[in-house]
Amino acid sequence: MHGSETTDNAYVALTEEHSGSEDRWAFGTGFSEALAGVDTTIPGHVNRADLSTYCLMLGDDALVLSQRLIEWCTDAPELEEEVALANIALDLLGQARLLLARSGVAEGIGRDEDTLAYFRDAEEFRNVVLAEVPGGDFGRSVLRLLVVATWRLALFRRLVDAHDPVLAAIAARGVNECTYHAEYAAAWTVRLGDGTDYSHERMLAAVADVDPHYAQLFRAHPVEKRLAEQGVATDPATLREEVGTALEPVLDAARLDWQPTAAPGTPPPWGRDGQHTPGLSELLTEMQSVARAHPNARW
Amino acid sequence: MTTQIPTDPWQVAAQVVDPELPMVTVADLGILREVRTDPRDPAMVEVTITPTYAACPALAEIRADLRGALNRAGYCRVAVRTVLSPPWSSAWITAEGRRKLAAHGVSPPGQAAPAASGPVTVSLAATRLDASCPRCGCADTELLSRFGPTPCTALARCRGCREPFEHVKEI
Repeated sequence: MHGSETTDNAYVALTEEHSGSEDRWAFGTGFSEALAGVDTTIPGHVNRADLSTYCLMLGDDALVLSQRLIEWCTDAPELEEEVALANIALDLLGQARLLLARSGVAEGIGRDEDTLAYFRDAEEFRNVVLAEVPGGDFGRSVLRLLVVATWRLALFRRLVDAHDPVLAAIAARGVNECTYHAEYAAAWTVRLGDGTDYSHERMLAAVADVDPHYAQLFRAHPVEKRLAEQGVATDPATLREEVGTALEPVLDAARLDWQPTAAPGTPPPWGRDGQHTPGLSELLTEMQSVARAHPNARW
Repeated sequence: MTTQIPTDPWQVAAQVVDPELPMVTVADLGILREVRTDPRDPAMVEVTITPTYAACPALAEIRADLRGALNRAGYCRVAVRTVLSPPWSSAWITAEGRRKLAAHGVSPPGQAAPAASGPVTVSLAATRLDASCPRCGCADTELLSRFGPTPCTALARCRGCREPFEHVKEI
């Protein structure tokens, strides 16, 4: 039925057309490294180990939240929202790829973005715990996204002047993306918070879920403090007021009276220091399963 | 000095189309930033591109297409460099690019918001859309979804002819 000369099989046509060009087979899976072609020289005065850890922190925030968001694929309340959450996840994955690649270069022992994403266990992840909290209902996912995107936007706006040109460029690119994410999440927060009694109740529950993890966003790790002194990082404690002020009008419009707890009575695990909730291990088990089952697979 | 280069490499690179918006070229979109030749090596060319979105899945494809097109034009050694800074802006889409997008039913981006300064704010402006319908020209349009089928587009609808259309986001 299929002679060698037929090209009506899409895969045959694809391989023939693109033979000799490994970048092209299976569109969308161009596994060239994220910083391909970018000048990745590290400025002499920057502490490489600290820079590597810092990029891991910001990269893991994006990677883990991206994975949480794609859990909505095939499960979102409307097709448009599914597309939106997948797009946001894709933006975050792009940020994660660049940051993990930067981390690997700074570390200097040959770990690339894939090694860092797929072959680290939970205790080696440095993301804030708010990023790993299960998505829960749509309301919790939206409120968490609002908080993380607004916080990340404030952070990236400072980092555009970071004394690492690659980090500064990643932040400059990310500012536009995070603005868009925060606006999307803000619109839904208002729609649900200021919606029916029932949706309002659900948003109050979301506030209660997010609140214990809010303070951690502004707790500086020693690595962040050291790098902030060198002008490479931003001390997250300096973002607290700005983020609170940015969230206030959204929460007001959503009729959500939320005064974040400054110091939770039982502090949750400190993600920046490698402590996590069991949810992260479960998330990683799924995310890493294919790469770990086929560690030498080539695409 | 005597080797004849067949075609201006910028012209060759500028013909490469975007894999997701094939009505426009990488030059139309402003992704193609620079094409440099080496006076000592006429078969060498260095191309500089800036991705639209960090995770744009088309980027690897674009790199390969640029290499392929320049190879075929006689440049054996092609380096494709990615520059992240300054970040790509929809303002970089050329007038020709905008015309082609509209002609193919994709609404070109409006004015990108100026770079914000001062403390962060989160806009609650609901469904503002700076676009005319690419089919009937009607200016009465609404945003259906901030996110469309590709990272750089949103979904909109014309209130005049009721047709939905893709709109390139302002960033």
